Amino acid sequence: MARAVSPRRKLVFTLLAWAVGLLIFFPIYWTILTSFKTEGQAINDPPLFFAFDWTLENYALVQERSDYMRYLWNSVIIAGGSTLLGILVAVPAAWSMAFVPSKRTKDILLWMLSTKMLPAVGVLYPIYLLFIEMGLLDTRLGLVVVLMLINLPIIVWMLYTYFREIPVDILEAARMDGANLRSEIFYVLAPMAIPGIASTVLLSLILAWNEAFWTLNLTAAKAAPLTAFIASYSSPEGLFYAKLSAASTMAIAPILILGWFSQKQLVRGLTFGAVK
Amino acid sequence: MILRNALGAATALAMLATVSAHADTITIATVNNGDMIRMQGMTDDFTKQTGHDVEWVTLEENVLRQRVTTDITTKGGAFDIMTIGMYEAPIWGANGWLVPLDDLSAGYDVDDILPAMRGGLSHEGTLYAAPFYGESSMIMYRTDLMEKAGMEMPDAPSWAFIAKAARAMTDRDEEINGICLRGKAGWGEGGAFITAMSNSFGARWFDEDWNAQFDSREWSDTLNFFVNMMNDAGPPGYATNGFNENLSLFQQGKCGMWIDATVAASFVTNPDDSKVADKVGFALAPDNGLGKRSNWLWAWALAIPAGTQNEAAAKQFIEWATSKGYIELVADKEGWANVPPGARVSLYENANYKDIPFAQMTLDSILSADPNNSTVDPSPYVGIQFAAIPEFAGIATEVSQEFSAAYAGQQSVEEALEKAQAITNEAMEAAGYR
Repeated sequence: MARAVSPRRKLVFTLLAWAVGLLIFFPIYWTILTSFKTEGQAINDPPLFFAFDWTLENYALVQERSDYMRYLWNSVIIAGGSTLLGILVAVPAAWSMAFVPSKRTKDILLWMLSTKMLPAVGVLYPIYLLFIEMGLLDTRLGLVVVLMLINLPIIVWMLYTYFREIPVDILEAARMDGANLRSEIFYVLAPMAIPGIASTVLLSLILAWNEAFWTLNLTAAKAAPLTAFIASYSSPEGLFYAKLSAASTMAIAPILILGWFSQKQLVRGLTFGAVK
Repeated sequence: MILRNALGAATALAMLATVSAHADTITIATVNNGDMIRMQGMTDDFTKQTGHDVEWVTLEENVLRQRVTTDITTKGGAFDIMTIGMYEAPIWGANGWLVPLDDLSAGYDVDDILPAMRGGLSHEGTLYAAPFYGESSMIMYRTDLMEKAGMEMPDAPSWAFIAKAARAMTDRDEEINGICLRGKAGWGEGGAFITAMSNSFGARWFDEDWNAQFDSREWSDTLNFFVNMMNDAGPPGYATNGFNENLSLFQQGKCGMWIDATVAASFVTNPDDSKVADKVGFALAPDNGLGKRSNWLWAWALAIPAGTQNEAAAKQFIEWATSKGYIELVADKEGWANVPPGARVSLYENANYKDIPFAQMTLDSILSADPNNSTVDPSPYVGIQFAAIPEFAGIATEVSQEFSAAYAGQQSVEEALEKAQAITNEAMEAAGYR
């Protein structure tokens, strides 16, 4: 029987949840607000919350100076491509770990995850040299592969924990009915795992969209995504905070909207059997 | 007549074909600042003249430094032109990583480049990067607050005067800080300021045998003077303030004095952004009577990485962007206050430019800085706010972190200097200097 929660307790938790939510959202809110200020208003002391002359000047300047659509398209290709490739590799890998485990499965999972602990800069030079050798420098293909490899441990781990929630009896029943491995994965496992796969796809997209170290270091003019677009407005010698905020807002807007519309799916996937 | 027309058309076609045949696309890595962004806006003029297209990669200064260093050390070839500074140019030139700029056209007038800039961007007399703009550092001060304090700023003040004026101008109730200086960790932030300041106190990073000198009385005097003055007259939390934080404070009217890059003069006198635009005076960076002032020297310059496929087009671009003609182009389109300063002698001889209020002080500051002779006692390195050796950036970043911790009160000045001495000697030993 579920424990009764008193209205007062419920109110406290609701207020606490709102406070935490607002605290997390505040930097994004402030960035969006600053993008509508002049540079002078952006650094005003005390900070201006609403009482300022709202302007679209920064968006116009950013649009005039940079080819936003080119950066956006590169981000879409790189984040989408790396996610698609990652899922294609991770689903069979997670299937085998979840349903045909060996003595070393746990060790392999931990080892995969441990690669995330390596500081990226530690392998910058080897990867850069490989990219030069293979002609992948400043190409979208190169970044698709690198970002897929970077996010693969998390994707495999998420899918693995999700697949573990699916009763193995259902797969065995399918096998008894004559399903081969391909049919078992695509027609039995995948439909049942759709919420988990969807949330994994979303998380992978967000991670790839926001990845800055590799996207800045392995691109120049042709394959640069939105992270490079933001970096081009940051300056330690000059106050361009309003323009930087406009560029940041334009860069995060697509993924923010995607996250907003798919938040139910994402939360469900993340809480139901995936990351615990 | 028909024949003449036909010949004319054929000639025009041939010229077009020639331009098309030699038209390249060059990729340029650069920093995000006002002058560089303005240059990007003028690129059409270059394309019209030469037929070459230009692709820009604009990055934040520290990201750019990491990006171009990775590319040049691996011979990646991602860029045809790189924007680099005085720290990188002589080191990379000595390593053979840059194309020497020793065959620039006569019309370019290489002798018109300010000698201090040319010297700082050369190795053994060969120019490896052409200065796009140059800067030193100077004092920017509030004329109204100085007057209120009953003092008058000399053109070339001493540190004793500055400390006295800073304390006199400070009004904690009104949130006026007598002086705003960089305290932020990083070799190009607080590290650059304190190194330039230490020169005027007679300190140096290394003796002639590359031994660290942080155990000297001169370094102790520098750091103690800085900390005492900033504790009395600096803004709260100055240990984390860099160029932008101080610019913001000054523009909001919260600093009596600010000693920083000469390029800041155009920001603090711009009425659109600065609340004190009409109350700003300028003076040379302070000294201590030892013959060295505390100003630095820096240039953002354009260089060509060795091995680029588009060397000829890259050279054409550099000649265009750092020419007298480019300065006139900017003056024509955006006014003399917006031309890239500090690179050419002829700019400071131009009657139109002399009307800019900070022009003369900028030139005087640049001329008083000598990267080949920056310290009172002899030192083995070139550079004023840095030592032009590859190891410096890493060492100075660590040292400046220790200094910032002392500014924040997390350790004493003596502890910070002791650690700086150990860090530097250890790194120099590992690098084979000692």
